[in-house]
Amino acid sequence: MTLLSIDWFFLIEKILLISGVLVLSLVVAMYSTWGERKVAAWIQDRLGPNRAGPMGLLQPLADGGKLFFKEEIIPTNSNRFLFILGPSIAMLVACMTSAVIPWADTITIAGRQISLQVADVNIGILFIFGVVSMGVYGIMIGGWASNNKFSLLASVRAASQIISYELPMGLALIALLMLTGTLSLKEIVEQQRAGLWNVVYQPLGFLIFLICAFAECNRTPFDLPEAENELNGGYHLEYSSMKLGFFLFAEYINMFISSALMATLYFGGYAYPGMDKLGLSENMLALTGFLALFIKTLLFIFFFMWVRWTIPRFRYDQLMRLGWRVLIPLALANMLITGAVELLRHH
Amino acid sequence: MVLSLVALVSALGVVLSKNPVSSVLCLIVTFFAIAGHYIMLNAQFLAVVHIIVYAGAIMVLFLYVMMLMNLDADIEPQKRNWLKYAGAVSGGALLVVLVAALRDASMPALSESSVEIGLIHNLGKLLFTQYVVPFEISSILFLSAMVGAVVIGKKD
Repeated sequence: MTLLSIDWFFLIEKILLISGVLVLSLVVAMYSTWGERKVAAWIQDRLGPNRAGPMGLLQPLADGGKLFFKEEIIPTNSNRFLFILGPSIAMLVACMTSAVIPWADTITIAGRQISLQVADVNIGILFIFGVVSMGVYGIMIGGWASNNKFSLLASVRAASQIISYELPMGLALIALLMLTGTLSLKEIVEQQRAGLWNVVYQPLGFLIFLICAFAECNRTPFDLPEAENELNGGYHLEYSSMKLGFFLFAEYINMFISSALMATLYFGGYAYPGMDKLGLSENMLALTGFLALFIKTLLFIFFFMWVRWTIPRFRYDQLMRLGWRVLIPLALANMLITGAVELLRHH
Repeated sequence: MVLSLVALVSALGVVLSKNPVSSVLCLIVTFFAIAGHYIMLNAQFLAVVHIIVYAGAIMVLFLYVMMLMNLDADIEPQKRNWLKYAGAVSGGALLVVLVAALRDASMPALSESSVEIGLIHNLGKLLFTQYVVPFEISSILFLSAMVGAVVIGKKD
């Protein structure tokens, strides 16, 4: 009898929501590749892609088609299963994080309250942290299975980089958690809707989180695992066709998700100033909230690209020094100060 | 059921696989299956921390070392026979101890109050009130391990 008591509308609604979020992340990632080239061109005073479609808007489709139809080469001495597993994990992990981000407030359709968040688990932030820590496996497995010294070096670099930068990221998040007192992303957004954005209380924490997000996404200035001038492309050196595409695509999805996360944690998420005074209906409020989150996310993506085309790559010892000697002490100090202030405020 | 099966099969894979890297990967799958068990027990916090700490950090370091050493079955030195026997005997002894310990353990059915125990709120409260002394002692243990690592690292 339990089978009959499943709330079918709930199931359908969640499936629609999951597909919506996935499609959104894929489309944004797709157009980030276009955006990246346009931003690069703009910064370097060039035109950028302008052949396929108006303003080169069809360029991502052309690139995707090209990647799909290219010859696929699996090196003879590689571990075939792991070689395929690598990009699959990278892609899967990149898509999983979007599950706990609240995209907008609840909407009401035909008398049903629908939350625009796939899963409001009470450990939201930890879930993201867990998934992010899985992300390194895609690179490591892919790099090792290629059976090639450059790829191996890149995967070793990736592993130590991501573990080193997870620590300050976690410490910055702990300070934020002390402030909000909850792990649920939805509640964090609701608190910011009622008061000020968290970035006002946690400017240092936000800066640390931002730097760590760059490192976790393998973006310049921390893109050492794929340093093309020393490692020939790093962990995806042996990959061709769509497997290479998956690795590159996963990076753009990660960028989108971490931008959305930063907007949610520190910049109010779907809340924007004065949204409760406009007198909009609930559904309109959710729609404008979603747009606000989307604009914030796009701004962060633009920031990612801006930095990429402005700052050169770090040397590896500089990267490690920054992580362990600068960011961790700063994050610890930030955590202690936040803890002390919270203690004083509650007494 | 499925989770337990996955856990058992991948745990066997850890022991039986010839290649150390696939052994490590099997262990990661095992950890995920165990985390799945925690979620079924409504201990989401424990599950996620389990994944972050074991699958996310410790196994990455394991994999790191395995990849750098690039162990192979043919270049690995053969272990002596008495070492194998000693391993089998000590493994068997551990099994006996575990079985003896679990035989008398009572397994009460889940009560209404124990369902909530795994949620982060209750867990934190318990850790900082009832179990605060063991908690702090284990943190000292970690500190001493850290100091030890630094001392060993400084030697050269």
